[in-house]
Amino acid sequence: MNKVKTLDDLKKMRESLRASLDLREKSNTPDQLVQIKVSMATCGIAAGAKEIMSYFIEVLNRENIDALVTQTGCMGYCYAEPTIEIKLPGKEPLVFGYVDKTKVEEIINKYIRQGILVDGIIPVTYTAVKPE
Amino acid sequence: MAQYTNYILVCGGTGCRASQSEQIIENLKAAVDQYGLEDTQVIRTGCFGFCEKGPVVKMIPDNTFYVQVQPSDADEIVREHLVKGRKVERLLYVNPETHELVPDSKHIGFYKKQLRIALRNCGFINPENIDEYIARDGYVALGKALVEMTPEEVIKEIMDSGLRGRGGGGFPTGLKWQITRKVQAPQKYVVCNADEGDPGAFMDRSILEGDPHSIVEAMAINGYCTGASKGLVYIRAEYPLAVERLKIAIRQAKEYGLLGENIFGTDFSFDIEIRYGAGAFVCGEETALIHSMEGLRGEATVKPPFPSEHGYKGCPTNVNNVETYANIPVILLRGAKWFSSIGTEKSKGTKVFALAGKVNNVGLIEVPMGTTLREVIFGIGGGIKDGKKFKAVQTGGPSGGCLTEKHLDLPIDYDNLLSAGSMMGSGGMIVMDEDDCMVAMAKFYLDFTVEESCGKCAPCRIGNKRLHEILQKITSGNGTEDDLTRLRNLATVIKDTALCGLGQTSPNPVLSTMDNFYDEYLAHVREHRCPSHQCRELTQYFINPEKCKGCTLCARVCPVHAITGDRKIPHIIDPQSCIRCGTCMEKCKFGAIYVH
Ligand SMILES: Cc1cc2nc3c(=O)[nH]c(=O)nc-3n(C[C@H](O)[C@H](O)[C@H](O)COP(=O)(O)O)c2cc1C
Ligand code: SF4
Ligand code: SF4
Ligand code: SF4
Ligand code: FES
Ligand code: FES
Repeated sequence: MNKVKTLDDLKKMRESLRASLDLREKSNTPDQLVQIKVSMATCGIAAGAKEIMSYFIEVLNRENIDALVTQTGCMGYCYAEPTIEIKLPGKEPLVFGYVDKTKVEEIINKYIRQGILVDGIIPVTYTAVKPE
Repeated sequence: MAQYTNYILVCGGTGCRASQSEQIIENLKAAVDQYGLEDTQVIRTGCFGFCEKGPVVKMIPDNTFYVQVQPSDADEIVREHLVKGRKVERLLYVNPETHELVPDSKHIGFYKKQLRIALRNCGFINPENIDEYIARDGYVALGKALVEMTPEEVIKEIMDSGLRGRGGGGFPTGLKWQITRKVQAPQKYVVCNADEGDPGAFMDRSILEGDPHSIVEAMAINGYCTGASKGLVYIRAEYPLAVERLKIAIRQAKEYGLLGENIFGTDFSFDIEIRYGAGAFVCGEETALIHSMEGLRGEATVKPPFPSEHGYKGCPTNVNNVETYANIPVILLRGAKWFSSIGTEKSKGTKVFALAGKVNNVGLIEVPMGTTLREVIFGIGGGIKDGKKFKAVQTGGPSGGCLTEKHLDLPIDYDNLLSAGSMMGSGGMIVMDEDDCMVAMAKFYLDFTVEESCGKCAPCRIGNKRLHEILQKITSGNGTEDDLTRLRNLATVIKDTALCGLGQTSPNPVLSTMDNFYDEYLAHVREHRCPSHQCRELTQYFINPEKCKGCTLCARVCPVHAITGDRKIPHIIDPQSCIRCGTCMEKCKFGAIYVH
């Protein structure tokens, strides 16, 4: 583990972390990963987010699709839980709400595989500040 | 395989669905087929948060935003926009200030309404991965403070930003830090108040669950400023996920050397420990919280002395709320000037609200101070459920008051809410519709306070119990007008004499409902009637003989056999045996049963 000893250390670390994230986000090559974020705050979990996350992983494995599935906090759309965000390489992230198992299949088969939108997109309703 | 390049997004949120968005989808699909546009797909989405102007339709890729669309507009949208490539101007949104047409969603001011500062990383980063936090400028504010600024400079920045405590009181945060700093003592503490006792609020939990590192970082900054080497997070044990993520964050920060000895190579050392609360409301009050951490009973004590002077184990202790902390790193990175440009004159920045009750879009929202209740409830909140009428909104939880129709255009900030008879509190916002009885609502909150009173002082321990009894009497139909006078007098006395904030604010729901809905109280005591039919003892069920078909269903479902009647003959309810459960009314297929 690299310890952060100076402010410069931290800034260098930030740059390299950002660069690798950027690479993930900007590149448009097919071998780039699909990124899936599952909203896993208390309310999301109560609405079944954990099951949906494992089901995503299960289907992606079965279908042999390379994807990065991670968890995140409350997106604020608590009325539409479980909510997930999908980022295809080179595209804007999209949030889907009320995701159940059928929706997972639909999202994978249509959106992730073919880039075709499916019903149930939750429009982003806020701007988040970036610190700098 | 079809390849789509154009998308028509139609809002399928509750608000827009109520104004025929399903029909719009049908019609759009039909028009797309009719014009043979194989590259166009119609998609149903969730709420755009723009329900006031619904139904809304958004065209992708050019982001044109059409508002108040009718099903009959579908053909024109497809023909003009997609076939001919011209915008349908009459359906564009008109900026209410400049009266100009707004061509695309990026320029609609509405999207600037929700601004996430405290929640900036929630739903964005993986809270269990410190690297994602660092990639979003995490710990840079701490580094900047330690390496490039003196504690006084940091405090000045926080003061200039105008940040006030988000835990309820709204005390200027920079000033509190300065007071703690000035007290001389060998050991000081900084505390994060994550007790979150307001039953309607969950923003602190969400921040800890979604962005725990921001709290760790801000507490360290606070320690640097006030001269404390130790931080304590007081969190309720009922928040296991928040606790877990906070623990992970603290561990990771230690591994990276961002907590511990000589942070960033300076001589500042700081460490954080977690303390668990049992979930008593009064333990959110800072003096009670400190006693609870000391292993004593969670009881409040008189202030002064303030914790900043005499707190945990007698040491100067700076207590701040979770959301207050979450703002700190951003203020240091973007500057006091930027932060103070957001909000109203005396309330700067944003506030997170937990929107709940009878609104369509229950959720966690963050808006600049000064946003109106109307924008929150009817814009972001998507309006009232089932097309019902708005009645009131309770802010400030059990310590707050209700605001009504006439307050809808009030810019929300600390001072406006106080002068309207409510308070900011921690940010719970419970919306009530025409079906809610305000007397019952006041009683509901008193149930809570009576349960949560620590019992140390008489006005709160005994007074609230009496208040509750009077309300019980009124809601069961035995109240008199004298009771209303007694209610108000007693409420005022409790407010003036209780020892801590819990007792001093507990009569607020009673007083504010009396101020705003006196006629409802009068109906209960004069006519023994509950206008919203919520108070069971005051309602009576009837069968309308004109509508009753004599199907016997109600008689069969009534749990106490209070309904009699023969087949094909109008039935009758015996008010003596009816327990007012409402089952019959729910089941009758002919709408023959009504309540009065
Ligand atoms: C009855 C009562 C309950 C309170 N509950 C909380 C709470 O749950 N969370 C909180 O941060 N502050 C709560 N407070 C306010 C705290 O006493 C204190 O003012 C606050 O934590 C200070 O932090 P701030 O200046 O950052 O808001 C409560 C106050 C009272 C009187
Ligand atoms: S006001 Fe209530 S909660 Fe506060 S000290 Fe008195 S009895 Fe306890
Ligand atoms: S269910 Fe309705 S229609 Fe049937 S007997 Fe009862 S009141 Fe009459
Ligand atoms: S309200 Fe309940 S108890 Fe009364 S008549 Fe109807 S079903 Fe029976
Ligand atoms: S906590 Fe799940 S979206 Fe709000
Ligand atoms: S904008 Fe359509 S329901 Fe909110």
